[in-house]
Amino acid sequence: MTLTEEPEGTRDSYTPSRRRLERERFKRARARRATAIAALSTLVTGVALYLVVVSAPGWPRTKETFFDAGYAREALPKVLEGLWLNVRLLLVCGAAVLVLGMLIAVARTLRGPVFFPLRVLAAAYTDFFRGLPLIINLMIVVLGVPALRLQGVTVDPVLLGGTALTLTYSAYVAEVFRAGIESVHPSQRAAARSLGLTNRQALRYVVLPQAVRRQVPPLLNDLVSLQKDTGLVSIGGAVDAVRAADIIVGRSLNYTPYIVAGLVFVALTIPMTRFTDWVTARLDSRRTQGGTA
Amino acid sequence: MKETPVLRMEAVRKSFGDSLVLRDVDLEVAPHTVTALIGASGSGKSTLLRCANLLEEIDDGAIWLDGEEITDPRADQDAVRRRIGVVFQSYNLFPHMTVLENITLAPRRVHGVGRAEAEEHARELLERLGLAEKAGEYPDRLSGGQQQRVAIVRALAVRPRLLLLDEITAALDPELVGEVLAVVRGLKDEGMTMVLATHEMGFARDVADQVCFLEGGVVLERGTAQEVFGDPQQERTRRFLRRIVEAGRL
Repeated sequence: MTLTEEPEGTRDSYTPSRRRLERERFKRARARRATAIAALSTLVTGVALYLVVVSAPGWPRTKETFFDAGYAREALPKVLEGLWLNVRLLLVCGAAVLVLGMLIAVARTLRGPVFFPLRVLAAAYTDFFRGLPLIINLMIVVLGVPALRLQGVTVDPVLLGGTALTLTYSAYVAEVFRAGIESVHPSQRAAARSLGLTNRQALRYVVLPQAVRRQVPPLLNDLVSLQKDTGLVSIGGAVDAVRAADIIVGRSLNYTPYIVAGLVFVALTIPMTRFTDWVTARLDSRRTQGGTA
Repeated sequence: MKETPVLRMEAVRKSFGDSLVLRDVDLEVAPHTVTALIGASGSGKSTLLRCANLLEEIDDGAIWLDGEEITDPRADQDAVRRRIGVVFQSYNLFPHMTVLENITLAPRRVHGVGRAEAEEHARELLERLGLAEKAGEYPDRLSGGQQQRVAIVRALAVRPRLLLLDEITAALDPELVGEVLAVVRGLKDEGMTMVLATHEMGFARDVADQVCFLEGGVVLERGTAQEVFGDPQQERTRRFLRRIVEAGRL
């Protein structure tokens, strides 16, 4: 768009040629035209969507039951209070998931006959919990475990819900770590072994650090996903953001609190997503920098 | 009495699937000597080096390091590798570690050397190879020649008995080859025992005490550099060297 800066020294003597000025003019005009088209297109789409929704036969009724400002004001503080539980669940489960996922991934890469049962168990675990719908896992753990009436085992829906989330997400994260471990080139392991490092030392000092670094973007992606799925612990009766909205809905028969809870989750997820993008971009730029001083 | 060879191979045979890469290779490397393996790509040079370091398991034959059989399945492979340094064609530095961390990893974790001592030794070696100011850099900030010199320092840091160099200049720009070869020459003067696979015939002729010409997994001709380069006995050695000369590499 603008003239790029010239290196020191040549700046005084250089005057842009007519050809260059002509090109810059054309590019500026083209950019202006593109912006105008984008704005117009957005406006038309917005108006069309608005008209479709507002002219729907059920709109007045929908507006009343889903978008009521009064109920929204009433629900927001309660929902935010509940959200604190979701945030705590995210932090605790997130940490547990990273540790457990790593252990499972490493168990799957262990060699030697002694570790055969461990390898099989780890593989079976990931296969099972990756396939099991989270909601069913939650119901089995949150509702099933208390039904056993085991002495000394908690019936707290928050703890049980957190356990169920950890079980499922550990399976996802284990696969992410495993993909990372396998993406490290065999020559790195060969270099480590040729220095006399044992298999375990090669894994710990050479393979895992590189694997984890590479997998940061997909890991954060899973954490974003875990963040919103903490809302599912409400099925056991734990008062999180979703359950807080549920209580008001049950009393008022107005669905606005659900919309509020949904938006609050979105608001919480957006910074996390942007952070993921930022980290990914930074990692990429470091990688492509290679070689230049 | 003859000194025990540092490395001895007898009738080593290795195949990958259907292709026989090494057929009954014999080799002896005396202490403080340099052995150059020459031959076309795919002649088995690299595989021979990988077998010597137990990165590849041989099918038949035996290998001794300082008179001790290392191909015995009961031998401690990690202990064997601790005594052999390897430098690879593609450097294989650890990209997540600084130069200093790359070099001190094995001394600290494998040999139990203290951090301060390991770093001091590493800095000494870097200094000698003209890399002192690169200690804190990550490998991707270095030129190919610098990376390869760091890889040599990393292999030397564990004070190996034997150094294996696998076409260490093949991935380098021509103007960077010299700095790496100068390092190898310096090591020879210090008495390091080395086996190197190389395409640099001029260098092999200058530095090697023993030259082995490999073709099709067989050591077709061996002798001093003078013998092999000056008066090759085998027709195929002559043909290979002629091609090299025509390509302007000798």
